[in-house]
Amino acid sequence: MPVATVPGFALEESGEHTILRLTGDWTVMTIHLLDEDLAGLKHDHTVLVDVSGLTRIDTAGAFLIDRTLRAAPEGSGLTGTNDVARNLIDQVHAVSDPTPPAKAVDHGFVALLERTGRGFVGVMSEIFQTLAFLGETIVTTLRLVMQPWKLRWTSIVAVMEEAGLDAMPIIAFLSFFVGMVVAYIGATTLRDFDLEIYTVELIGYSMLREFGVVLTGIVLAGRTNSSFTAQIGTMKMRQEIDAMQTLGLKPMDILVAPRIIALLLMTPALTFVATLSGIAGGVIVGWSSLDINPGVFLDRLRNAVPLEHFWVGLSKAPVFGFVVTLIACRQGLNVGGSVQSLGNATTTSVVQGLFAVIVLDAIFAILYMELGI
Amino acid sequence: MTDDIIIRIRDLKTAYGTHVVHEHLDLDIRRGEIIGVIGPSGCGKSVLLRAITGLKEFAEGSIEVFGERLETLDEAERADVEQRWGVMFQDGALFSNLTVRENVEVPMKEHTQIAPELRHQLADMKIRMAGLSADASPKFPSDLSGGMRKRAALARALSLDPELLFLDEPTAGLDPITAEKFDALIRSLQKALGLTVFLVTHDVDTLHATCDRIAVLGEKHVLAVGTIEELRAFDHPWVQEYFCGPRGRAATGH
Repeated sequence: MPVATVPGFALEESGEHTILRLTGDWTVMTIHLLDEDLAGLKHDHTVLVDVSGLTRIDTAGAFLIDRTLRAAPEGSGLTGTNDVARNLIDQVHAVSDPTPPAKAVDHGFVALLERTGRGFVGVMSEIFQTLAFLGETIVTTLRLVMQPWKLRWTSIVAVMEEAGLDAMPIIAFLSFFVGMVVAYIGATTLRDFDLEIYTVELIGYSMLREFGVVLTGIVLAGRTNSSFTAQIGTMKMRQEIDAMQTLGLKPMDILVAPRIIALLLMTPALTFVATLSGIAGGVIVGWSSLDINPGVFLDRLRNAVPLEHFWVGLSKAPVFGFVVTLIACRQGLNVGGSVQSLGNATTTSVVQGLFAVIVLDAIFAILYMELGI
Repeated sequence: MTDDIIIRIRDLKTAYGTHVVHEHLDLDIRRGEIIGVIGPSGCGKSVLLRAITGLKEFAEGSIEVFGERLETLDEAERADVEQRWGVMFQDGALFSNLTVRENVEVPMKEHTQIAPELRHQLADMKIRMAGLSADASPKFPSDLSGGMRKRAALARALSLDPELLFLDEPTAGLDPITAEKFDALIRSLQKALGLTVFLVTHDVDTLHATCDRIAVLGEKHVLAVGTIEELRAFDHPWVQEYFCGPRGRAATGH
């Protein structure tokens, strides 16, 4: 790039005119040096801008000159020969607007009230729309289950693999380590009372009832949920969903129902795996640091922990799977035209998914306690 | 005069895997001209644009832009060169999370030290220069129509007053009247700002209305370069069909 010469200007009084002699490069790279000085000029007389001394000029420089001329009294103009500059300044004059862009006015307290109101209405309509979507999803899914020949088995199986089978290793690992941690905590606390053997009950109750299914729910909310939202959201962004509708295909049937059905089937399976590997983690800790033989561990587990705890845990699994998928699909379909909205939808989807899993688990806990199970 | 050549391509070869797109491609682009690049779909027009702007690495040959070989420059020198050109991509490639004005301001914000208020005004001027009204400035790209998005993309490409402007299918997907206005806009901007324009297009009308010279890509290299009249006389089946087919004749008035 040619070395830029520093731009400058000099004022010269001549009779009733002020002559403004411009020198150097007036380009987008250099005009920041002049902006303030030039804006600070006060003109009492008409101004003649001498452009003959300019070495280079572009539209940014031309804009500054045009701005100066607009601010100067009537009758101001250009002088000196420089066709490039004159031409550019004419072009810029035609398209520039001297009024600076209006600044957004902040009304303080009123704006706060307005935001609060909007927030409240937003939450209400979010709840309403989620419920509406829930209803639509249930109706669609039930209708398709009644007519199994209309189900898209290929996509159901594909989702089962992607969201179920592929998630199995991570869920198994997580659950294994949580099982180990619970066993260590149990062992450390119970050792003071010489009741290490109750570690088995601790592992059994916690894994069967809570941790297996909650860990599954959390992994689904983080992993599957975000991928569903991104997939559906991208399709929405690229108008694929509009295309589906015009082809007489229902997005609910094609995108939502297969995912719901696949997860209804896979979440219990994942929960089962999570429970097993959590218990395995407990067995390992019991064997290695508590001298509880795996055979003894499993025997005691069978005798001391009633089977109903397993069913309690498993009964929550399809609910978690359903709700997480529901949130993912709804957020995906909510995406607008911009990348920003895709990012927002994915974030919202994961946050709502995690929130829903924990809250539902608490509701289940209260419910089962009241029922005495 | 070597100074008059702004882009010099010699013996270029580009390939995706084993699929060779260009081979032994030579092309000179003169300062201050509008050169149209045409060719059948899939002949590598956009790939050529990507190779020149450094987005696609080429296998052999050399490309000099402003007399510099991009691959030999260090990062700072390369940034200098990149500030001297503007690129308008086929579907605009506006940043969707920024408003139109912010999109146009991005290069200024990054490469110059202009104060925010003046920058806003300059951005609005570019937006109006590209044929949009100032009402479009605070809007997001997703709120604009296809033609408006192209104009906004042009405004961003012009943001730093480049010497060299790359346009990838500027009029594709526009209605004929909007396309015609766009052609006129490119022509008048080129005159006013002294731009060199590298224009990839399918549109015969655009070629006729704007281009000084036309380069025909095909068979992996440049088949011919010249004015429409010269190309009409050029004996190659594709070129003949292009200019002497019904659409070509209608556009050039023969």
